[in-house]
Order: sequence, then structure tokens, then C-alpha cells
Amino acid sequence: MVKIVKTEDVIPLITDGMAVAIGGFLAVGTPELLVDQLVDSQVTGLTVIGNDTGFPDKGIGKLIVSRQVKKAIASHIGTNPETGKQMNAGELTVELVPQGTLAERLRCGGAGLGGVLTPTGLGTVVAEGKEVLTVAGQEYLLETPLRADAALIKAAVADKSGNLVCRRAAANFNPVMAMAADLVIAEVDKIVETGEIEPDHVTVPGILVDYIVLSGKGA
Amino acid sequence: MDAKEIIARRVAQELHDGNVVNLGIGIPTMVADYIPEGIHVMLHSENGFIGLTSVDGEFLDPDIVNAGAKPAAIIPGGACFDSVMSFALIRGGHLDMTVLGALEVDQRGNLANWMVPGKIVPGMGGAMDLVSGAKKVIVAMEHTAKGGAAKILKKCTLPLTGQGVVNMIVTNLAVFTVNDNGLVLTETAPGVSVAAVQAATEADFAVDAALKQMSLG
Repeated sequence: MVKIVKTEDVIPLITDGMAVAIGGFLAVGTPELLVDQLVDSQVTGLTVIGNDTGFPDKGIGKLIVSRQVKKAIASHIGTNPETGKQMNAGELTVELVPQGTLAERLRCGGAGLGGVLTPTGLGTVVAEGKEVLTVAGQEYLLETPLRADAALIKAAVADKSGNLVCRRAAANFNPVMAMAADLVIAEVDKIVETGEIEPDHVTVPGILVDYIVLSGKGA
Repeated sequence: MDAKEIIARRVAQELHDGNVVNLGIGIPTMVADYIPEGIHVMLHSENGFIGLTSVDGEFLDPDIVNAGAKPAAIIPGGACFDSVMSFALIRGGHLDMTVLGALEVDQRGNLANWMVPGKIVPGMGGAMDLVSGAKKVIVAMEHTAKGGAAKILKKCTLPLTGQGVVNMIVTNLAVFTVNDNGLVLTETAPGVSVAAVQAATEADFAVDAALKQMSLG
């Protein structure tokens, strides 16, 4: 059963060393308030899973700058120079994963699948150390499931049953991360009564969501 | 006409009515400005929609950006989806074409465009999925690097984005197609000789019997 709470009630649930999946694509669709509160909490040693590491002052990047991340699993780190700097200094481990493979590994983690076969990365460094399987004459890399202890996701609207509506390009990794984490905290701009969201319009089913917080950016 | 415009204009001639296409950052993005009259394409944006178009700056929706985080818009008939669907479309062969830049490309159709060891490691983003899934992969880039170093090589030296994935190379000097035997020079830019292309290219290539001048629309 979903609970509507204040950020100070949920941030203590994120503890040192956790793997935390954070939604967003270059900070669009990232729960900025939750990230800010996490920065203030000074929780440390996190493994962060996200499409990218945002910008130094926006999105997931703020947690890199504040040095709360020991490992980042992402497809792109180029927009945040701090990530590369810490990686080169040996202070941060970065696992670069092709974007579509990252999505599928999370989907496997959330969908009870033991892995996925993808042609992406064949013949590149991404294939190093991975099993190559041939199916019907076509080679594929075996990519393994990825899960997080917690997911911090963003949606435009929630109802009081936890159903979420993501809008435009702000969905990105948020729905799949809601599947692939033990604890799911959604930051939303607006909360409406149960029943006000058409069932057909739900992007993330409420049964996946544990906590909802308001972003403070709602109209 | 500068080098980038030549490249973008030529790539635009490859688009067919009804195509679904992903344009990478930089010169590939410029291709959208030169799509021929009467050709309607759906541009795919890997952050989660089709129907990408540029904005005039009047109405900026913070939830709509292109894959480079620049403000964008969605045309009527477009559709939004999450990253799983976005990359299922890419990997599943639902994109007719992807156009990307390159650091290096070689005569076996190998592409390197995501890192320079010891210098810059931005990450592959969606590029590895795009080159493995799109039906046609076009490299759109200036023929040589700054300073004149060849970028079309016998063998890539940088970590690959994809192995044997490139179908066509369009530069400010020439157009090559890639087949099982290697590169074939099919077109040269106006005023550019085969010898000039050879001088700027490290890779071996055949010259098409029907070699023609590049069409710029």
C-alpha cells in the first residue's frame, strides 16, 4: 500500500552502500528534490544506476559532485566532467553499459528473467568477459539482470493508489526502474484522488510504488 | 556551402518517404534541415519519442528535449514511450536508418565514435544499440580530422562502437558504400577529384564504374 509522505520521512530509508536506481535522461525526468535531499543526507558509498550522470548542478550529477557515489552504472558520463575526473583519479568506479542494454538488464531484473540476448556490443569492449550465444545462426551477448535496493523515480501525476503518469520524454528509465527495485519512491508534481487517472493512461502501476512525495513544482 | 552543409544535404537525399530515422548529435542533426520537399520522415529520439522536431523558442516544454538535452518538440502524430520501448524500436529493426558521426571508420565497416582511451570517455550512450539495430547505418562526418589526419582507415585504432555495421560514409569530399569486399567510392563532391579523395583517405577503396558527382538536393 502506497504512502504519501514528506521527503524527510523517506530519505533515511536510503542507507550507506545501497544500490540506487535514479530515473532521468540528462536530468529530464530525474526526481530533483529527492536527489537534493539525498545530497543533504550525506549518505555515502552508493552505487548509482542511471542513464547518465547528468550535469554537475543538475540530475544525478549532484551526487557525484558531493562524492556520495562509489560506483556509477550508466550509458553516458560525458556531460558531467566531475564523473570522468573522479574515475581517472580512481575514486569512482564507472561501469559503462549501452543504453538499450541498461534498459533491458533492468527489465530482466524486474521481470523475473535470467538475462537477455542482445547483438549490441558484439565485437567491442562491451563483449569482454561475456558469454556469446548463437541462436539460429545469429550471435548474441548474454547480458545479466540488474536490480537496485531502491529506485528514485519521477512522474508528473500520481493518484492516491500510487498509479503514476509520466509525461513526454520524462518517462525514459522511470517505469523500468520501478520494476527493478525493492523500494520505490516516486516524486510527483501533483497528487489526485484514486480514480481520477484513467486506467489506460497509467504509465507505472501503483502496486510497484511504495512512497510518493510531492516535488513542490506542481501547478 | 561549407563542409557540414554539403554532408547534411547529401545525407538528406538518402531519406525516403515514410522512413523512421535517428539522427545523431552534430552534423547528423543538420540533416533534418535539408529533407527534400514531399518527403515525410519520423525522427526517433532515443530518450523516448518519435516525431522529433526543432523548436522556435516560443514554447519550451521542459519534458521535451532531444537526446542531446536540447529543447525540442513533438509533431502531431508523434508518440512517447519509455527507454525499454525506445530501444526495442532501435534493436528490433523498426528504424530504417541511423546517421552518426565518427572518430574513425574503416574499410570493413567498423565504427569508432565513443571514446579516446586516456583522453575522453563520454560513454557509448545509445550508439552501440543504434548501429546494431538500424536497417541502414550512415556515417556523416568531415573527411579528415582537424589538422588533416585521415579518419577513413584500413583498420580502426580506437575502441569500436560496432563491428562491420556501417553501410555508407558521407563526407564533404565523397560518398562511399561498404560491401563485403570493402569500400566503394560512388560519388565525389563538386570540384573534388578521385586523387584528392585518395590523398585524404588511408583506407583502400574501389572506384565505382558509375562514379558520379554528389547530389546536394
